[in-house]
Amino acid sequence: MEKSVVKGQQRGRLLRRILARREIVLSVFILILIAAVSLRSPYFLTLGNFKNILLDSSILMIIAIGQMMVIITRGIDLSVASGLAFSGMIVGLIVSHNLGIHPLLAVLMGMGIGLVLGSFNGFLISKAGIPPIIATIAAMIIYRGSTYIISGGTWVDASEMPYGFKQIARGTLLGVPNLIFIVIVVSLIFYYFLGHTRTGRQIYAFGGNPDAARFVGIDVRKINFIVYMFSGILSGLAGVLWVSRYASAQSNTAAGFELLTVAACVIGGVFIFGGSGTITGVLLGSLLLSIVINALNTIRVSPFWKMAIQGMVILIAVITDSIISRRFEVTLREGGGS
Amino acid sequence: MSVTGISERKPFSARSFFMRWEWILIVFIIIAIIINSNISPYFLKTSNLFNMTFNFMELGIIVLIMSFVIIIGQIDLSVGSNMAMSSAIMGISYQMGLNMWIAMLLGLIAGTLGGLFNGLLITRVKIHSIIITLGTYSLFRGIAYILLGDKAVSGYSAKFLYLGQGYIGKSPVPVELVIFSVLAVTFGIILHKSRYGRYMYAIGNNELASRYSGIPVDRIKVTIYTASGFMCAMAGILFTSRVSMSRPNIGESFLFEVVTIVLLGGVSIYGGQGSMIGVVLSLFLIGMIRHGLALVNIPTQVMSVIIGFMLISAILLPKALRRVFMSE
Repeated sequence: MEKSVVKGQQRGRLLRRILARREIVLSVFILILIAAVSLRSPYFLTLGNFKNILLDSSILMIIAIGQMMVIITRGIDLSVASGLAFSGMIVGLIVSHNLGIHPLLAVLMGMGIGLVLGSFNGFLISKAGIPPIIATIAAMIIYRGSTYIISGGTWVDASEMPYGFKQIARGTLLGVPNLIFIVIVVSLIFYYFLGHTRTGRQIYAFGGNPDAARFVGIDVRKINFIVYMFSGILSGLAGVLWVSRYASAQSNTAAGFELLTVAACVIGGVFIFGGSGTITGVLLGSLLLSIVINALNTIRVSPFWKMAIQGMVILIAVITDSIISRRFEVTLREGGGS
Repeated sequence: MSVTGISERKPFSARSFFMRWEWILIVFIIIAIIINSNISPYFLKTSNLFNMTFNFMELGIIVLIMSFVIIIGQIDLSVGSNMAMSSAIMGISYQMGLNMWIAMLLGLIAGTLGGLFNGLLITRVKIHSIIITLGTYSLFRGIAYILLGDKAVSGYSAKFLYLGQGYIGKSPVPVELVIFSVLAVTFGIILHKSRYGRYMYAIGNNELASRYSGIPVDRIKVTIYTASGFMCAMAGILFTSRVSMSRPNIGESFLFEVVTIVLLGGVSIYGGQGSMIGVVLSLFLIGMIRHGLALVNIPTQVMSVIIGFMLISAILLPKALRRVFMSE
């Protein structure tokens, strides 16, 4: 027992060292990227463009935080983008029929819908024992199909939405854009939750070693349920923000976005086999991805290249990640021997 | 329980013979036939039964190899995208004036290389196939979009279209059905009668133990992923031939349907278990259900929701039934 605690501490220190390095590496990489792209296009380095990048990345950040918690438990949530579209569409429809609804209520509704969707995933995975990849693929097509059915193939556009609703994602609070404000709040909440509450620590413990977690008496089912529930709530929130920011709810909203959230996690240093990952890493990973996408647009790469580049980014991130961590393991083993 | 794929010579028992999952699938198929023939009086006509198979032969080709992939405990998310890539490469080379059959060969080579790429990454980088094939899922379809943009390639020669639309001689048997049947028998023999089939079950049950007992795990994985690429290319080419054009969005829903069929066929998602007969029965069952839904004009979006629920029940149902009937 004592031995495993010591081992856990060693592991913790080791991970922190890797991750500390990862965040520095990412920041340096972001700076190099910015310098390179602004040489090609002067517009890239303007303040307005930067605000755009930040706003674009904020919705990705919110979902990626949920995705991170899922990946820490060795799972994956491929239903996030469909969940986003579903909650965005329902809230969009409700708002367009009841113009007087308070914006805050719309946000809460989105989170509530996300809560239901996430709990459905959590139920399938923790209670029914369906592997996460299959359960969330099934959920992905069910949510996407339901979005089509509910909307009847039509969309809610800007003219049907009240001013207050559109201000959710476009307005500012004390000079800070709401979206960025929301990202900060969400990050702080989950930073506290993952780092400083018992359940949060249990999520890491379960991901690091599920068997050990079970023997120690951690309620494994609860952990497995909670992460998908949070992921659902966050994609529900993101759905409202998305519809408010782009002032349109369509049935193919955010199609393919789930890949970006996984990529943001992998780039941000979330270990794909579970057990480690930090909020800061994920925020930087999302920022890096958004900069890449924005840069592709400013230097006018054809939109048809977008999908292939997304795939390449994931593969490159995974491969470098695996090489780095393998090398690190070797140095550790050598260090342990001396 | 988990070694049912491997232990063969068990004493015969009527109970275990009739409690097999395949019988349940047959019962479902009979129910589907009864319902469909009630909806449409033409359903049971021979020509209709044969024509119905056009709609799921390409699915079936990928289902065969996907069952191998899942039996060894892996997954390939890139199948639909690989179809689109192969079809796009064939289309572009045909458009550039290459001979039809050379263009087709290029498509096949491209798909096979895509599969090899998957296999090499999975075995060399040692990352679970979910993440690698999620990357190539995006990459392969991206390549199709880069090549074709928002255009489609059509104007294929009649000889090529015969592959996906034609019949054998004057009989009502579609060419696609014959291709599928030959492949299905081959795959069944590999899985159930060859050394490699037993290796596959062993890997799916315990990869580490298989490695230690000298099974060439990595080589088998690379071979299966390469074969998966080849089969996807073939399905993509047949699909192109059937709809007579190459589009970048070919096979977008294939992944979900293929996985549903394989799991409903009794292949365990945890690997190491499953039979070819079950998978083929499940293919025909899903094919008939889809045909029935189309008969009563269910829109595709509703169909996708239904398939989603079927995917969930494809895992829950065998689990529940096993618990009820086979708890000894």
